[in-house]
Amino acid sequence: MPRRLLRNAKIVVDEWRYVAEAAAETAAPLIVTLTQWQLEPDTWLARGTPLGVVLSPAHRVELIAADLKHFSLIAAEFSGPAEGRGYTQARQLREQWAFTGELRATGYVRRDQLFFMARCGFNSFELPDTDIDDACTAFATFTAAYQPSNDLGLAHRLRNTLAAPGV
Amino acid sequence: MYRYDLTDKTLVLQRVAQFRDQTQRFLNGALSEDEFKHLRLRNGLYIQRHAPMLRIAIPYGLLATRQLRTLAKIARHYDRGYGHFTTRQNIQFNWPELAEVPDILQELAEVEMHAIQTSGNCIRNITSDHLAGITPDELEDPRPWCEIIRQWSTFHPEFSYLPRKFKIAVTGAPQDRAASLVHDVGVHIVRGPNGELGFEILAGGGLGRTPIIGEVVREFLPREHLLSYLTAVLRVYNLEGRRDNLTKARIKILVRSLGIKEFKRRVEDEWQLIREEGLRVDEAQIARMQSHFQPPLYRALPNIAPDSGREAAFRAWYRYNTKAHKVAGYRAVFISLKKPGVPPGDATDAQMDLIADLADRYSFGEVRVTHTQNLLLADVEQGQAFELWQQLERAGLATPNIGTLTDIICCPGLDFCSLANAGSIDVAKLINERFDDYDYIYDLGEIDIKMSGCMNACGHHHVGNIGILGVDKGGEEWYQITIGGAAGADASLGTVIGPSVPKAQVAETIERLLEVYVQQRGSEERFLDTVRRLGVKPFKERAYAAPIAA
Repeated sequence: MPRRLLRNAKIVVDEWRYVAEAAAETAAPLIVTLTQWQLEPDTWLARGTPLGVVLSPAHRVELIAADLKHFSLIAAEFSGPAEGRGYTQARQLREQWAFTGELRATGYVRRDQLFFMARCGFNSFELPDTDIDDACTAFATFTAAYQPSNDLGLAHRLRNTLAAPGV
Repeated sequence: MYRYDLTDKTLVLQRVAQFRDQTQRFLNGALSEDEFKHLRLRNGLYIQRHAPMLRIAIPYGLLATRQLRTLAKIARHYDRGYGHFTTRQNIQFNWPELAEVPDILQELAEVEMHAIQTSGNCIRNITSDHLAGITPDELEDPRPWCEIIRQWSTFHPEFSYLPRKFKIAVTGAPQDRAASLVHDVGVHIVRGPNGELGFEILAGGGLGRTPIIGEVVREFLPREHLLSYLTAVLRVYNLEGRRDNLTKARIKILVRSLGIKEFKRRVEDEWQLIREEGLRVDEAQIARMQSHFQPPLYRALPNIAPDSGREAAFRAWYRYNTKAHKVAGYRAVFISLKKPGVPPGDATDAQMDLIADLADRYSFGEVRVTHTQNLLLADVEQGQAFELWQQLERAGLATPNIGTLTDIICCPGLDFCSLANAGSIDVAKLINERFDDYDYIYDLGEIDIKMSGCMNACGHHHVGNIGILGVDKGGEEWYQITIGGAAGADASLGTVIGPSVPKAQVAETIERLLEVYVQQRGSEERFLDTVRRLGVKPFKERAYAAPIAA
């Protein structure tokens, strides 16, 4: 069954495949794990499709900093409802490494986390089917913020109204 | 005090709506117990022994009287007529119905209050010196900085799912009345090399299972960099703090395992990357925030001695329950929530209403919560102290014991808390019954007892001059006693005197410790200093010398 996800605040069918899902679909854009990438980068590049990489919570983003040009998607995995490292990974990728591709939250992702995730720079979200249909409302949970983050740009000052919350 | 602007109002109302929706989804079955737990905990809602416990934030302990009246109303309508003030300057209600919590939050929002981030693994209520702005020894009022940090840390998108809870205390005076050395981060206003004001930043303090005194990360931070530096500290902690073991997840464990030097290096490296970005606090912002904390319109009054010629009860109260004020003619007045027989820190709805009335009449409409679980009227004319005392006395709020043996810090313990191993409130009661002679109590001078019902240490027992920790021993409540702890600028952790004792022997054991002190003390020497000078040995020997009759 095709995976639905929330991307740029719209529900879409995911065209990306993780390695385990990709067997016959040789032309599909592919998401590899960091280990798979590090072991044989040339194999994946030779495939000629767009590439993405998924980071575990413990991975530092510096590990892929030199390879960012190869990736049009980076996914950060959330291991459970208490996991919080992905928020920092996202901000560092956007703000310190200027990553502009798709930044995806995967693993334990629920609508109640989306507002903060979006503020940190995530723009796509793998939500369970039970949660996805109403999830868009989460981006409008708050219409103001006390601190600059990825969504407000770095030049912004403290205490800003969010122009276009979460999108 | 700080007044909400449109942004603040919008945010708390949107938070009420968000929480109402989450509660509804839980009650409908759309959210599981565990999923809801992670959401309600971000809003101060614990499931306790009897009912949910709701903790409401009182930022840096400052309350306007209309806010206190709302707390009284909540106690009356949604609870059982009382609330419990905590060591982190918050208030807890023990009996609300889950379905009514959104309504309580709505009532709070109307008076610019909330329960945001009063629990959960996030940045908690910012605490401070209860004498901020009025104490003669202060370099600068810390409260504008508390509010700046409060706003920055509220709904922080990156730091709302930390490895563990995170507590920040800010002080502006050399004397530390906020226990900042046992906070995850302590922020001290200090003077820099050219006399300019800035901050000393400490990290890694904490109590709980592994008590540790915080260490200096940066000796002087220019003040415009406060938020970027805190961001760097939090970012290092968020990425590197342990998440595999709840008991090793606080920042103190990270600081200790890396060593302060390496921790500092990592923080400074991160800070160099972000220090010039959008978090700089400029002079205009500082001035705007300071304008919220301007002194009230004091009258020009001389200092007087309102206690001279008055009855002994008032003189004792004036001596112990009022403190020096930097403005002539004024006094800071403590309202003791430590009446014998009443759980320490508890106040009834009627008392809260009365205190609000008294604050309006005598203290510019503001009340403060102290980390020692008392209340404070900060700006009372000395000439009105007697009149105020009479009214407090009638309401059971003038127990003259501030800073003495019976001004006990105490967690709710086994009676309310589902984490506790043993009762706290009834031990406080037994101590009060044993030590009811005020001549003796006053002769002991400055001393504090701090008690926790379990090793989570909500009652700060490690930093009590006498600390009492409840332990479970084969289903019975026993108590481990420490001496020599202190929470101020000379903070230290207490030393265990020996085997724990059953509940009925706690008061007698304390009496024996005090006997050693009274016999051995030098002139004007505090209990703490005698313990530091003599060590634990003589105290231990006396405490266990003869069996205590059951």
